[in-house]
Amino acid sequence: MKWNRRHLLDLQALSAEELTLILDTARHFKSLGERPKKKFPALLGKTVVNLFVEPSTRTRISFELAAVRLSADVINFTAEASSLKKGETLKDTVRNLEALQADFVILRHSASGAPHFLSRFAKAHVVNAGDGAHEHPTQGLLDTFTIREKKGSLAGLKVTILGDILYSRVARSNIWALVRLGAKVTLCGPPTLVPRQLESLDPNIRVTWDLEEALRDADVVNILRIQHERQRVTMFPSVGEYAALFGLNPTRMRWVKPNALIMHPGPINRGVEIESDIADGNQSVILEQVTNGLAVRMAVLFLLNGGRSSEVAGT
Amino acid sequence: MNSLLLDSTTLGRTVARMAHEIAERNQNGADVVVIGIQSGGVFLARRLAAQLQGIYGQPVPAGIVDVSLHRDDLDQRSAPMLRPTELPFDLNGRTVVLVDDVLYSGRTARAALDALHDFGRPSRVQLAVLVDRGHRELPIRADFVGKNVPTSRTQRVEVSLAEDGGNNTVTLQESKA
Repeated sequence: MKWNRRHLLDLQALSAEELTLILDTARHFKSLGERPKKKFPALLGKTVVNLFVEPSTRTRISFELAAVRLSADVINFTAEASSLKKGETLKDTVRNLEALQADFVILRHSASGAPHFLSRFAKAHVVNAGDGAHEHPTQGLLDTFTIREKKGSLAGLKVTILGDILYSRVARSNIWALVRLGAKVTLCGPPTLVPRQLESLDPNIRVTWDLEEALRDADVVNILRIQHERQRVTMFPSVGEYAALFGLNPTRMRWVKPNALIMHPGPINRGVEIESDIADGNQSVILEQVTNGLAVRMAVLFLLNGGRSSEVAGT
Repeated sequence: MNSLLLDSTTLGRTVARMAHEIAERNQNGADVVVIGIQSGGVFLARRLAAQLQGIYGQPVPAGIVDVSLHRDDLDQRSAPMLRPTELPFDLNGRTVVLVDDVLYSGRTARAALDALHDFGRPSRVQLAVLVDRGHRELPIRADFVGKNVPTSRTQRVEVSLAEDGGNNTVTLQESKA
């Protein structure tokens, strides 16, 4: 299996082999992260620009650390303090960054499809760090990585994604990676946020609005954050009502298998979608997701950096 | 047209001779560790370590180093598969015998020196290769050579070891093109 993509724009387009290559590569980077000396010269001399037009802390820090661990130089560019605020177009911004020899552009943007747009003209490698409600590929990869590491394989596994599916790029990236690798996905939440039509994406996707049914046979429960900022209209009466109907609390935890993984992409709204005791409980792998995110992002940068598969002889 | 460079018997004797040369050069066996370069050097390193253990009469540790992250052509070809590095011993002050199957451009050996540097400061590093096929692109030479083979750049040297499911031979293969 050879990696031949210049950009990482979404997981929908990736084959099972490509996903597995990223996860296998990430596994090695995770073990490299346990060495006393954690820095490697693979991207020495390359410049990585974190272009975060929409705010983010953990994803940006994770990409920054991934790039630094691979010896790249990193520029952080946030919308608040940038020319984008002065009316510059995204295309001009990226052209300017390329004029400074940026090799990678990590783009977080509120518009779905922004990274695809960039990839049509950019000479740099484009990595989607979350575009609108479309995809968040590295989050999907790190979630899949965490599940595979804990459960051994994705094949036949039952994964429940709970919460705001409609507005969630995390859900979409998870769905594509999970079904491609053979898992069965159950989507659950309020009907306004989990429309029945999601089942048409793939035969291995099931929608249910019954929380007990969604939790009862799940091997993994991935709980999503309620994204107040992405909802143009109110999709449920109140945060309190959401917590009352769909929040994961100790009573509902009794429906969950004792060996099921509890996951959350963060940041957590404690007491809303998940109660503190569960987020910090022994079934929770939430902090391991963060550790794995670093390994996955190192793997993505490392693979994209490779030239096309022109054979170079020599040992 | 493939030609046989080493058959099974000669391969075994070649490795045994290399082990004796290593022991002759390094009188103090307690200092010696053998490290195979992923992936072609791994089994050869184990064979040399086993032979050296017999010669020195004491265990000689064998390790593995992966050089993927230290290559100088990472943006010119598809990203290599990462493989494990296993160095369960201290390198500081030791004599490291770095092992690969084929020495060609010398770039892998250079990358291996960089990779080892992350783990400590050996007092010396020596290079042992089963086949030296020439065409060096860097000022690197092997300290211990199983067989020198003049080659053209279009040819391939195929080392096939039993540990890897092969038949313990070394062959020179013409490119398919």
